Amino acid sequence: MYVAVKGGEKAITAAHRLLAEARRGDPAVPELSLAQIDEQLALAVDRVMTEGSVYDRELAALAIKQARGDLVEAIFLLRAYRTTLPRLAVSEPIETGRAALCRRISATFKDVPGGQVLGPTFDYTHRLIDFALAAERDGATVSPPTPAPVAPEAMPRVSTLLGAEGLIEPNPDDEHAAPGDLTREPLTFPADRALRLQNLARGDEGYLLALGYSTQRGYGKNHPFAGEIRIGEVEVEIVPPELGFPVVIGEITVTECEMVNQFKGSESAPPQFTRGYGLAFGEAERKAMAMALVDRALRTEELGEEVTAPAQDQEFVLYHSDNVEASGFTQHLKLPHYVDFQAELNLVRRMRAEWQRPQAEAAE
Amino acid sequence: MSETAAPETAGYNFAYLDEQTKRMIRRAILKAVAIPGYQVPFASREMPLPYGWGTGGIQVTASIIGPDDTLKVIDQGADDTTNAVSIRRFFARTAGVATTEETTEASIIQTRHRIPETPLREDQIIVYQVPIPEPLRWLEPREAETRKMHALADYGPMYVRLYEDIAQYGRVTTAYDYPVLVNGRYLMKPSPIPKFDNPKMDMNPALQLFGAGREKRIYAVPPHTPVKSLDFADHPFTVEQWDECCAICGADGSFLDEVITDDRGGRMFVCSDTDYCRGRQIAKAAE
Repeated sequence: MYVAVKGGEKAITAAHRLLAEARRGDPAVPELSLAQIDEQLALAVDRVMTEGSVYDRELAALAIKQARGDLVEAIFLLRAYRTTLPRLAVSEPIETGRAALCRRISATFKDVPGGQVLGPTFDYTHRLIDFALAAERDGATVSPPTPAPVAPEAMPRVSTLLGAEGLIEPNPDDEHAAPGDLTREPLTFPADRALRLQNLARGDEGYLLALGYSTQRGYGKNHPFAGEIRIGEVEVEIVPPELGFPVVIGEITVTECEMVNQFKGSESAPPQFTRGYGLAFGEAERKAMAMALVDRALRTEELGEEVTAPAQDQEFVLYHSDNVEASGFTQHLKLPHYVDFQAELNLVRRMRAEWQRPQAEAAE
Repeated sequence: MSETAAPETAGYNFAYLDEQTKRMIRRAILKAVAIPGYQVPFASREMPLPYGWGTGGIQVTASIIGPDDTLKVIDQGADDTTNAVSIRRFFARTAGVATTEETTEASIIQTRHRIPETPLREDQIIVYQVPIPEPLRWLEPREAETRKMHALADYGPMYVRLYEDIAQYGRVTTAYDYPVLVNGRYLMKPSPIPKFDNPKMDMNPALQLFGAGREKRIYAVPPHTPVKSLDFADHPFTVEQWDECCAICGADGSFLDEVITDDRGGRMFVCSDTDYCRGRQIAKAAE
């Protein structure tokens, strides 16, 4: 005899106890501290902060620990926390031109004022598993070279150099226009560039990578050059209404990518280079570059080009970029659907019966 | 069944959302009630439950619930499915409200995929969890286009689709999420309830609210509003029927779930609405 599936409540509690145990793993192995995650899995922390839209290393490290290293789950945790936070102030736009840089490269010029600074990069490493790291011998680290500090003024933006000749489109003169906020207003279409960039900044890195990559392979080709990539610390300023002048409230590390894209000109614009822009918290070069490619692709319409590829399609790109949304909806298929399935089952049975009737009659 | 707020929710507001957010959602609900069937965009928040698992319904419920409310949550008609348990617990924890499994006891019923068999009353609100709010989505993927189609009441393509079904299969092959016209104006997706439940939406005395969190839309059917399932004069709308009746309570007019009992084709049919089924069992026992 069928007994209705009761005890969902108990099952959930038990499942969560199992999860807590699995999260901790073997108690004989020392527990991870948030500082260890922050220091030694720093790029995971950076990604969770970027897509979780909160710059807080400790919280992001905690989310990673709680999520057992599942970064999309950690991003979800951070987002759900973020949404409950009050908004105390809106910062001034950060000035990446004045960042204290630890990395700065340009692929468009052999040398640029201020020089190319590689910084701590995976580039040019041979991807050979380093078995020495498995030994966990502290103190075996090499002392890093001390980089000569570079005054920010000595490192002008590559796009500024190009702009001096009018070879690249000027940035729109809307620096002080209040941008929309897609965490406070639902996204509507067509979305302006500020909103699109917000969406991309929170967007899933893998998704943006694939979309950006698709433009390089001919699905909406826009001939990109990595004009400049910078990683560095910038000051965040707010203007308290009672003071009326900007006050620095802290420093954050950001990665910025300015793509320079070929453009043959259209009825509305002369032949010149166009821009694609990417920005992410922490060190997140892959994300920033992919974002810049997709940003440029999404500008297709405003530059008078024809939309032919997925990466150029606003609704397609922006509606599907958020991994918290995508992960939730994909995984909701785990929830029971037996009512709808029953309705379909009834329909298919009746249609099959009707389909079989003439066949049976013909056979008689 | 109510639990007191657990310490881990101590830092959170009543029913999780802050009051500003609730006001924003209430404004969207008021607009939705004023324009029956129209999808009102709202600034959906990230919730501590995943998108696609009822975040729209949860936000609507969180915005309308008060300390004196009694909440019932069902999924597939049942109170004891895991996600219904999870959402009921969420509100027991964050709002400390009374919860119930009895349809007649509840002032707010949050549901996924069903409308209770027991008729609703004027003093009740039913909140539907909606995955995809746009009835025209499978005909036109672009939101900018579908909004235009709604503005112009350009619903011809939907009728054409239903007609093509009839021409090809002799019937409309939509078994759930069957499109309805609300108050003679807006085409609406009834959330994926089986079309069996569609007639219950028509002239229902309860307020019906629909929340789609991921898609950031709220819509509503005010009490006593006509809700018509699309059909043709020569092919009127019909609901599914079973040759069986409920194996537990004997109901022959309720939506039945099929339960596979062994691997030799054995199966039985039972009410999907567990509260309705239990009520009938108690009444039977009392006879």
